[in-house]
Amino acid sequence: MSEVDRIRWQCRRGLLELDLVLSAFVERHFDRLDARQVELFKELLEQPDNDLLDLVMGRTELADPRCKPVLELLRAG
Amino acid sequence: MALARREFDAVVVGAGGSGMRAALELAEANLRVAVLSKVFPTRSHTVAAQGGVAASLGNVAEDNWHWHMYDTVKGSDYLGDQDAIEFMCRTAPEVVYELEHFGMPFDRTPDGRIYQRPFGGHMQNYGRNPVERACAAADRTGHAMLHTLYQRNVRAGTQFFVEWIALDLLRDAEGEVLGVVAMEIETGEVLIFQAHATLLATGGAGRIFASSTNAFINTGDGLGMVARAGLPLQDMEFFQFHPTGVYGAGVLITEGVRGEGGFLLNKNGERFMERYAPTAKDLASRDVVSRAMATEIKEGRGAGKDADHILLKLDHLGAEVIHKRLPGIRDIAIKFSNVDPVKDPIPVVPTAHYMMGGIPTNYHGQVVVPDGRGGDQVVRGLYAAGECACVSVHGANRLGCNSLLDLLVFGRAAGRRVISDLREEPHKPLPSDAADRPLARLARLETQKAGESVAEVSAEMRRVMQTHCGVFRFPDSLAEGVKKILTVAERAQRTGIQDKSKVFNTARVEALEVDNLIEVALATMISAEARKESRGAHDRSDYPKRDDANWMKHTLWYKEGNRLAYKPVKAKPLTVEPFEPKTRVY
Repeated sequence: MSEVDRIRWQCRRGLLELDLVLSAFVERHFDRLDARQVELFKELLEQPDNDLLDLVMGRTELADPRCKPVLELLRAG
Repeated sequence: MALARREFDAVVVGAGGSGMRAALELAEANLRVAVLSKVFPTRSHTVAAQGGVAASLGNVAEDNWHWHMYDTVKGSDYLGDQDAIEFMCRTAPEVVYELEHFGMPFDRTPDGRIYQRPFGGHMQNYGRNPVERACAAADRTGHAMLHTLYQRNVRAGTQFFVEWIALDLLRDAEGEVLGVVAMEIETGEVLIFQAHATLLATGGAGRIFASSTNAFINTGDGLGMVARAGLPLQDMEFFQFHPTGVYGAGVLITEGVRGEGGFLLNKNGERFMERYAPTAKDLASRDVVSRAMATEIKEGRGAGKDADHILLKLDHLGAEVIHKRLPGIRDIAIKFSNVDPVKDPIPVVPTAHYMMGGIPTNYHGQVVVPDGRGGDQVVRGLYAAGECACVSVHGANRLGCNSLLDLLVFGRAAGRRVISDLREEPHKPLPSDAADRPLARLARLETQKAGESVAEVSAEMRRVMQTHCGVFRFPDSLAEGVKKILTVAERAQRTGIQDKSKVFNTARVEALEVDNLIEVALATMISAEARKESRGAHDRSDYPKRDDANWMKHTLWYKEGNRLAYKPVKAKPLTVEPFEPKTRVY
């Protein structure tokens, strides 16, 4: 099955802001992510909505730096 | 095609606040309950609710449910049913304390009780002075509520079907609802969920508008299912709008921006609020500002290539003030409109936020239809709660913090009613054609030749609704809007998808969602065009006043022939004297 289809659905969230940011990110960047970045993006998607939005808007930082490169891409839009 | 079938005592469609509160009631009574959700439960749109839950606990200042009831009836502009409003306001403290016992992390007073804060429209002494009535968990009340209810449901044995979309209701010849047909998004598998009780808790449908604060999942699935089953939708003309959402995105820009000195411009760079409200200008009340913005756009003075939005200027405040007094606004503007407000104005537009109408229910959560003798008749086996339901406690406009309250009170009430209605008997045999409708919808998508693009049809629907049925409504524009939305609905019957794969086919899901949205859009436009008055959130240029003599009644829209009917408002509370309609002044 196509990984991107599953991930695209995981980008449907309870917060409109995340719908907008995540769907735009998948359309623009997903094809260029390497396997490791895809795994990190999936980990980010496991965050609760409000925490993920705070991360994306730069209000908070991750304790674990591994996801940082993907988060930076998300922040840049 | 014969479908596989699973049996439950109850099936709940939707795992937001109301669905999970109802499911909890059922699971704790040891019923076999299935909850279907398009997304993981804690990612439901309830997560976006920040304000709080209204309840007259009186923990910070004196309060009682009579005052809360008065505020709610007045807020509803006298379209709310007073029996349901009394029930909700009386029950509020109980459901809030219950949630506290479930582990909800409410903010606390220094002596450990639930802290309460003031909120617009919450008053002491029948509208006399403001009161602290909102119970909150920081600015994450909805988030905390979802997590609390989800944990509790898991413990009680609720069976969640995550990433399933319900397609249609199953009804027998007597009209009793026997469950739903649903599709698993991952596999495309279609299954019958047969149940003694079907409870719809699918939330709002703000996605019918081009500008909406609603998440993408809010596609009115329960409303579409009900409409296709031949049942009415009630008071769909009443949508609450916020004056300033980011154009093209819907993310809200706080009204604090205008409080700090930001103001609105039309395409000519004119500060038009000076014409509409010479004294208050951009600080006029929400409805005055929204109306002025809509009028500027209608008269061709909107900004942008389509002249369809307004500009919110704040660069004159300077970077430092913007950063210090309006934290986060710059980030939001840059992220969602590609504009740096330190240099350029933010494009904004009145934005749909909350749907007051919905599936008609009584205050037990039972779905009702007119009995033909001026009263209500229960649809056996069918219940609804939360934003998708119209009880009606919000009437023509919703009081702040009453939406989370609505979820708790009517989620629980519906769950309890399901339990008391339950009969100890085997499941009825399903009619042989029970699943024909959803299967026909799926088959059409498979075989449609030269189909209309789902994205184009839904964009056109949103544009038509925004232009012709927005925050301020004009008679010529509404009449034109009815014609246009009927055309869009025709096109929606011919949508096609390129990708026919079974697995995680989001194109198929989106096509199915548009089937639901279009029913909501039709109901909203047609109900709005017909209501010749202004009441609550329904604001018409040609009938600026409320007309109690002719219009203190609920609208019912039926899909069949786009027929409208009306039913009286329940003006009599359960135990207290009615609140008689008065002119609404705040």
